[in-house]
Amino acid sequence: MSVLSPTAARPEEADVPRALFEQLHDWVVTVDHKRLGIMYVVVALLFFVIAGAEAAVMRLQLAWPGLHIVPPQTFNRLFTMHGTTMVFLMGIPMVFGFGNYLVPLMIGARDLAFPRLNAFGFWILAFGGLLLHFSVIGGDGLYGTGSAPAVGWFAYAPLTGRAFTPGNATDYWNLAIFITGIGTIATAVNLVTTTLTMRGPGMTLGRMPVFVWIMLTISAMTLLILPPLSAAQIMLMLDRFLGAHFFDTQAGGSAVMWQHFFWFFGHPEVYILMLPGFGFVSEIIPVFSRKVLFGYPMIVAASVSIGLVSLSVWAHHMFVVGMGAPLNAFFALSTMLIAVPTGIKIFNWLGTMYGGKLDFRTPMLFCCAFLLQFLCAGLTGVMLSVAPFNWQLSDSYFVVAHFHFVLVGSLVFTVFAAIYYWFPKVTGRMLSERLGRWHFWLFVIGFNVTFVTMHVQGILGMPRRIYTYQADRGWEIWNLVTTLGVPIQALAVLIFVVNIIVSLRHGTRAGDDPWNAWTLEWATTSPPPPYNFEIVPVTTSRRPLWDLKNPDDPDGPHE
Amino acid sequence: MSEHSPLRGRIGIASLIVAETSLFGVFVVAYLFYIGKSLNGPYPKDVLDLPVLATICLLSSSISVALGARALRSGDVRRSGLWLLVTVLLGGIFLAATAREWYGLIYKHGLTIGSNLFGTTYYPLVGLHASHVIIGLSMLSLCCLLAWSGALRPVHGERVEMVSWYWHFVDAVWVVVFTVVYVVGR
Amino acid sequence: MFAPVSTPAFAIREIAFFVLGITGVIFLIVGGMILYTIVRFRRRAADRPSEPPQVYGSMRIELAWTVVPFLIVTVLFLVTARYIWGIENRSQPPSALEVTIVGNQWWWEIRYPKLGVVTANELHVPVSDPGSPMPTFVTLESVDVIHSFWVPQLAGKMDVIPNKTNRTWIEPRTPGTYVGQCAEYCGLQHGLMLLVVVVHPRDEFERWVAAQQAPARDEPAARAGRDLFASLACINCHTVRGTTANGVFGPDLTHLMSRWTIGAGAARNTHENLQAWVNDPGTLKHGALMPAMKLSRRELDTLTAYLVTLK
Repeated sequence: MSVLSPTAARPEEADVPRALFEQLHDWVVTVDHKRLGIMYVVVALLFFVIAGAEAAVMRLQLAWPGLHIVPPQTFNRLFTMHGTTMVFLMGIPMVFGFGNYLVPLMIGARDLAFPRLNAFGFWILAFGGLLLHFSVIGGDGLYGTGSAPAVGWFAYAPLTGRAFTPGNATDYWNLAIFITGIGTIATAVNLVTTTLTMRGPGMTLGRMPVFVWIMLTISAMTLLILPPLSAAQIMLMLDRFLGAHFFDTQAGGSAVMWQHFFWFFGHPEVYILMLPGFGFVSEIIPVFSRKVLFGYPMIVAASVSIGLVSLSVWAHHMFVVGMGAPLNAFFALSTMLIAVPTGIKIFNWLGTMYGGKLDFRTPMLFCCAFLLQFLCAGLTGVMLSVAPFNWQLSDSYFVVAHFHFVLVGSLVFTVFAAIYYWFPKVTGRMLSERLGRWHFWLFVIGFNVTFVTMHVQGILGMPRRIYTYQADRGWEIWNLVTTLGVPIQALAVLIFVVNIIVSLRHGTRAGDDPWNAWTLEWATTSPPPPYNFEIVPVTTSRRPLWDLKNPDDPDGPHE
Repeated sequence: MSEHSPLRGRIGIASLIVAETSLFGVFVVAYLFYIGKSLNGPYPKDVLDLPVLATICLLSSSISVALGARALRSGDVRRSGLWLLVTVLLGGIFLAATAREWYGLIYKHGLTIGSNLFGTTYYPLVGLHASHVIIGLSMLSLCCLLAWSGALRPVHGERVEMVSWYWHFVDAVWVVVFTVVYVVGR
Repeated sequence: MFAPVSTPAFAIREIAFFVLGITGVIFLIVGGMILYTIVRFRRRAADRPSEPPQVYGSMRIELAWTVVPFLIVTVLFLVTARYIWGIENRSQPPSALEVTIVGNQWWWEIRYPKLGVVTANELHVPVSDPGSPMPTFVTLESVDVIHSFWVPQLAGKMDVIPNKTNRTWIEPRTPGTYVGQCAEYCGLQHGLMLLVVVVHPRDEFERWVAAQQAPARDEPAARAGRDLFASLACINCHTVRGTTANGVFGPDLTHLMSRWTIGAGAARNTHENLQAWVNDPGTLKHGALMPAMKLSRRELDTLTAYLVTLK
């Protein structure tokens, strides 16, 4: 039951069921941020499953030494597609999809600043994803995975040059990701403009939810760091198609330059992926602790400074390239420094939970696992920032374990939390708590079995991106255990998908504010009408609905 | 049309300009990094002449576009159309001069994108800028046409102002490209 | 990396313990706090339905938990910097052995410029006593794409990059055989680009060098094979010192049989495997850049009989 607009009419339920074709047409031509947000998230989940299947095949091959489940080149294509898909076609659409859906609602706006540009951004991303996956059937066909790229998700030169990778595979990678990048930049322009110019009455910058601050930060970061990737990709296209020598070492070009350009994009990119996860958690933990977020100004300041400092750490991916002691030291320092604002957020979340009344329904379960797993991820990151340690473990399974702790153990867990939390708002129905618990416990067990173990292979000297290994290296048992976690995670994801499908039809009706929360999106119906708010609420503090529900103790004087 | 705050268009264009600056920045970095590293000629000092006329035209066009945007906001659609036309012509001269320069480089000096690192970095940088000039000229030409057809009205002043911001950005990029290619790199 | 036998790896293990110690303590403390909070403040059925006291923040606490991590970072960085400079700026003593390793898709060429020795895929070095140090300084080059030289028990890795010369060093203290492999994805057979480092006691190393410096054996029984080798395309890619073969695209075969494996770890170096390799390398290492030689059975037998004499 909405606190503010109890009379808002249910929008979409016409008396006559509309033809499927008409409904699909509505979705295809929509410029409504809510529908586009849903489409982004659905596309992201679809690619999540595809890339997950690719990982499962790889883990099957690596479960034991000397297996030949797929030929070497197919394995190389698998890890390339897995990484590329997860970062560009799962992570980015997921976070920008949530941003799309939630930002206007959270600031009391009617839509994004440029709705048609928004639609353009989505369809360009969808096209890029299709183009990349078309490569699998282009060329020779499916089993050898056709012309799918096999250059790794960061596509180092000169391996990507025509001399070493002839044919079209690399071009699929290059063009598809270039195209999705254009869409992402467009969405970033949209989000920055929306946040700065379309806030509702009383919604000062200092009262915006942390999630909105974070979307603003990552959009600004996108404007700065995505074009360098596009530029490098243009250069690669020129090398491959017009005979340029940007990365052609035979003509005096520099292979390391690609790495600088790529990682100048690549590192902030992973913060762009992770920061919205922090945003989700900053919204969910307070509600399920029944306490205000501890230290809002610091969390905002920390998030923005992470955005800024992340522009200066990129070459910690290049400690083994031979940059020389001064540069190695500089990037070690900047990387260690960024650990500070990142780490102290854990304390802010703990401070929120401390003294609260913790409600361990599914969103909170995922947040709690996130806290512990992100702690691990951050600490292995600190270990890797120590350049000499990095010289041993760069390009090994230790790094793979670290970044999966960040991207799966932290980001995916917070995305699951966010889906359980906002699904009622988006669809008007609750997801099943029971299935949610099964999903959570299976996934957290499977995840840790796989990725905690994976650190060991790395320490024992196993490099990344090898399609098999020999029996006498001492890696078998660890690889086997790592693989055993995969079916557990797969089952968890299956249960999750079932939960979504079943709950769409049979889930308990949610009402406007099922979690007794405090931000503006809960002040309208579930799902919201196309215009979002019948009457835009006036914001009086960082928790507008808290003020309305607790008029004797509003937030304002305390902020 | 104008119920949105003017801030929306300005922040939108400013965001785009930030992204484009970043894009150009990388090509500039590549150019600077590869100065002096070509394994063989032709070398910049042998083949590059200062594009004086082109530069004067392009930079003056920033003045003309500013005058055009101001004229529209103050209500004089006809004068606005004239200044916009001047801008398009000046930009056109710039492009023609670039085309002439490239013709000479390719056919007289044999410098192509594949010749050496100089060619590899010169053509994309200058070409990327030229492509942005083309985009800008297309938008300005459209504004011109709309002015002459009578469809352009003072209420569109903000939109034309945004086009002029884009054009100023393109000119600013030229200042950087000119310095890097024709001054520092030669 | 936790079983080092050589100096850079020893140093790295030291700092690894240091950073593991710090991060371990942080993990225990913060992890403990997380678990405590989860358990202590769970909502209980007996709880009153009212909201708990709202605590908006505390500048003092937040300052403290920002300053302490900064201090930890400062200490960590200072120690790290010391190790970075210590390892990278080790100067090359005059007694050092100089080796140049050239990365190829998918094998390692190993040259000892001052000793006139060229071999492949196995790096032989002397032990280095603290008393009379003889570290090995390695220059790393690539002819094609980026590779990475990594033998965890000896040192941290260093990338092998075309058009860039990198240098690294090792100072092994214990004789033995240590396995590493290419650690930067370099194409199809990146997974099969192993590298073996054999550390010899000093005198044994001298003997190995002397044997490698000698020109190829010339056994009369194998002359037919030798002539066949010289008449085929083999000499376009391979060198056999003391014969007309001086190609440089493939591994030096002068002392082929002194090596443990063929194809950079693809198979044991036996008569049978060698024959299979020459016939069609793809059967042992799919995609290897050496073409199938398409010889007749008799030519294959004669050729292999020659190759196995190249001890």
